[in-house]
Amino acid sequence: MRTRASGRTVGGLRSLSLQAPAVTLLLIWMAVPLGMTVWFSLQRYNLMMPGMEQFAGLENYHYLLTDPALWRAMANTLILVASVLAISVVGGTLLAVLYQQEFFGRGIARVLAISPFFIMPTVSALIWQNMMMHPVNGVLAWLLGLFGLPAIDWFSSYPLLSIIIIVAWQWLPFALLILLTAIQSLDDDQVEAARMDGAGPLAIFWHITLPHLKRAIGVVVMIQMIFLLTVFAEIFVTTSGGPGLATTNLAYLIYLRALLEFDVGGASAGGVIAIVLANIVAIFLVRMVAKNLAS
Amino acid sequence: MQSALIKRLGLTLLAWTLTLVICFPIVWMVLTGFKTETQAIASPTLFFTPTLESYAAVQGRADYVKFALNSVYISLGATFLALAIAIPSAYAMAFLPTKRTKGTLLWMLSTKMLPPVGVLVPIYLIFRDLGLLDTRTGLIVIYTLMNLPIIIWMLYTFFKDVPKDILEAGRMDGASTLHEVCYLLIPLTLPGIASTGLLSVILSWNEAFWSLNLTSSQAAPLTAYIASFSSPEGLFWAKLSAASTMAVAPILIFGWLTQKQMVRGLTFGAVK
Amino acid sequence: MATLQLKGVTKHFGETQVLKGIDLDVNDREFVVFVGPSGCGKSTLLRIIAGLESASAGDLVIDGERINDVGPAHRGLAMVFQSYALYPHMTVEENMGFSLKLAGTDKQARRAKVHETARILQLEPLLTRKPKALSGGQRQRVAIGRAIVRNPSIFLFDEPLSNLDAALRVQMRIELARLHEKLDATMIYVTHDQIEAMTMADKIVVLQGGVVEQVGSPMTLYHHPVNRFVAGFIGSPKMNFLPVEVSDVSASGVEVILPGGERIEVPVAGSGLTHGAALELGIRPEHLMLDERGPLAGRVQVIERLGGQTSLYLQQDDRLMTLMADGDVAHRVDETVRFGFAPRRAHLFDAEGRALESLERHPLTHIQRCDNRAS
Repeated sequence: MRTRASGRTVGGLRSLSLQAPAVTLLLIWMAVPLGMTVWFSLQRYNLMMPGMEQFAGLENYHYLLTDPALWRAMANTLILVASVLAISVVGGTLLAVLYQQEFFGRGIARVLAISPFFIMPTVSALIWQNMMMHPVNGVLAWLLGLFGLPAIDWFSSYPLLSIIIIVAWQWLPFALLILLTAIQSLDDDQVEAARMDGAGPLAIFWHITLPHLKRAIGVVVMIQMIFLLTVFAEIFVTTSGGPGLATTNLAYLIYLRALLEFDVGGASAGGVIAIVLANIVAIFLVRMVAKNLAS
Repeated sequence: MQSALIKRLGLTLLAWTLTLVICFPIVWMVLTGFKTETQAIASPTLFFTPTLESYAAVQGRADYVKFALNSVYISLGATFLALAIAIPSAYAMAFLPTKRTKGTLLWMLSTKMLPPVGVLVPIYLIFRDLGLLDTRTGLIVIYTLMNLPIIIWMLYTFFKDVPKDILEAGRMDGASTLHEVCYLLIPLTLPGIASTGLLSVILSWNEAFWSLNLTSSQAAPLTAYIASFSSPEGLFWAKLSAASTMAVAPILIFGWLTQKQMVRGLTFGAVK
Repeated sequence: MATLQLKGVTKHFGETQVLKGIDLDVNDREFVVFVGPSGCGKSTLLRIIAGLESASAGDLVIDGERINDVGPAHRGLAMVFQSYALYPHMTVEENMGFSLKLAGTDKQARRAKVHETARILQLEPLLTRKPKALSGGQRQRVAIGRAIVRNPSIFLFDEPLSNLDAALRVQMRIELARLHEKLDATMIYVTHDQIEAMTMADKIVVLQGGVVEQVGSPMTLYHHPVNRFVAGFIGSPKMNFLPVEVSDVSASGVEVILPGGERIEVPVAGSGLTHGAALELGIRPEHLMLDERGPLAGRVQVIERLGGQTSLYLQQDDRLMTLMADGDVAHRVDETVRFGFAPRRAHLFDAEGRALESLERHPLTHIQRCDNRAS
């Protein structure tokens, strides 16, 4: 009856109008390109052949799904994601435990160890390619030389491994940063109680620290996955997807189709596949955050 | 006592060894920047006479300055624009929550999940048709939208910490919504807003997918400039190192300053 | 100079109704205290008066004018928050002058007003400090000062003393009472502490479950609670309750049978009661007396010696009763003692918890805290 006097209605309206700009922009940002991607993926559409656009149904998908390049790219994507995740989560957890101990210069060491995360991807790719992994003048070649071992031409002999090393170097510090923050919220009393109960350092790690970190690890895994599924700059700068298709992931394949072959339809179909992949991960992440928001 | 000290020394040795291994590429990059081009490709050594030759060479090239200015302009522009849009929104979510607020927050997070490659084609075409390709405005728009969810989430968590009473006291004192935000909320959460802004600058500065795909020369930021060194004819390691050092130095410092608060934003408040 | 009327005020939060039709008159310059257990709706009611929440239905009237749609700043009210809600980034002077600044008062006048208020509250030496450099009591005074500066016609206090330690609370209670006289303003005060209500109020409003249980002067509530809830809520330690049975009803009162079998006549109106009806008898601990020939007996469970007084906790059948005795009683734990009370001190409650009306009014029930304003 008296809606004007009801606080919820008036407050709700004010709340809505203040949120409107952000919500509208994000809605457009999400809906328009998404809709266009789906639309294009159903078209025969090449920028080199203007005026030839026509509805193609699922032809692009069919072409893409039967193209061995897609499966190679998918495999590369998954190998890259899985390896970097394994390295960063295991390494990040162990490092977080280490950096939680008291030692001299702990504050500075922590800050230095998370630094790689802040380096722009093109810089880290070039540093690794030219100064670390270069077969003649690289530091790694020099190190192997010290032990009398032959130098390795990283990017031609182990191209995917090289990319994995570069990407892991960037994301391990991210895992460390998050897990270190999480470990600091572990109640000292809990650890001391466990010690009173006779738990050794290993038992404390296994039964107290690790369960405490469980959720943070989950968050790290999912956020990294979102970013790792679309690694681009590191490949673009170093191998350009090669040799052959050895380091072409899904993101790079779409880029090749769209901006080098001008095949809008095929690239869009690839985009849809990438979106589906990312959303499978996203559902779990959103659930996890929602749980946190409720508590 | 004795054994505690030994343990501590052992830990110090182990931790610092690992720390140095992790940040060795950065250290090496900084050192190489102070070498000459010949020293840079010579057998690795820590002993050399430092020179500012490469820095002078890089800064002497007009295009470096142009790229750097593009980076500054784009990341600051995107950050201020995003903050201006995000502050009212986060204010409403923190202090005027409705039944839909939680859902809206989660939906915003989900927009972050849209992989850029998935929408590369339409964005490229829209930008081409609107004349936004290779413009700073274009990248500012993209980065604003890209960072908006993270910024709103981060501001939301900072605003949530402000006691509601203080804003209500302000309302009793006659403050309008605008007064509340300007006189009370912003001064009270300035450190939080600052670290949110810094995170946005960091993410925009380092972003490489859109900047590589949507710019070519006029609006290209440092990410694209550095990438241009990858061509075989551009193998000038000392200059690359000097340019890279200048490109990452401010961001490294921002990152160190905000690492604690950044965790909140990057994990959407799931880790505190 | 203001009166306030609430007419049928209700409030819903989603499905739950927190206020179920509140009617209340607050007279000019009255000190009214809302008291009740947590969750009773007292703070919500205060926030509705302040304008920080809006009523779902009903009218708010100040000085004859409906103010439901007037913003909080324009109702002529000032509020002191439980957390004080001082602006942490402003000095004491800026805190107190903020409302004037927003209202566009010029600097000179602002300064004069703030300094005058600071003088009343002895805050002058603190004007340049930030809130975090103040003690709890000082913060409290700044919060009050910030309210005074606005020259409100009604002051609202939301549990303002609950964050202070016991000694400071007593001191601030006295200071507030004094301030009330000095400012000659209407004050509405919310608390869950019945001692604060008893000591400061002209008029107490007891709320429970979103309903006004009783409105009256402190002595009215103490001596003539209208129901079992008010009887139990007002007074410390709590009133004792005993099941009794009606044995006779006459013009001079109701005769009941106590658990021990003794009969006493309580001077209350008993019309409509039948012989054998079950009632509940309430008697305050301070009205129970040790008496070798008393009608009740109990075993001493715990003794708390406060010095001047001693509380005895007595096991009487399956009940634990409290008895406030003289500080010098020599009883020990496990002794069995007999005790009784003056029948006119007892209250009787029917099966619904309603009090049977007393046949005699206590002579002090119309006394107000400030005699000169007694209405």
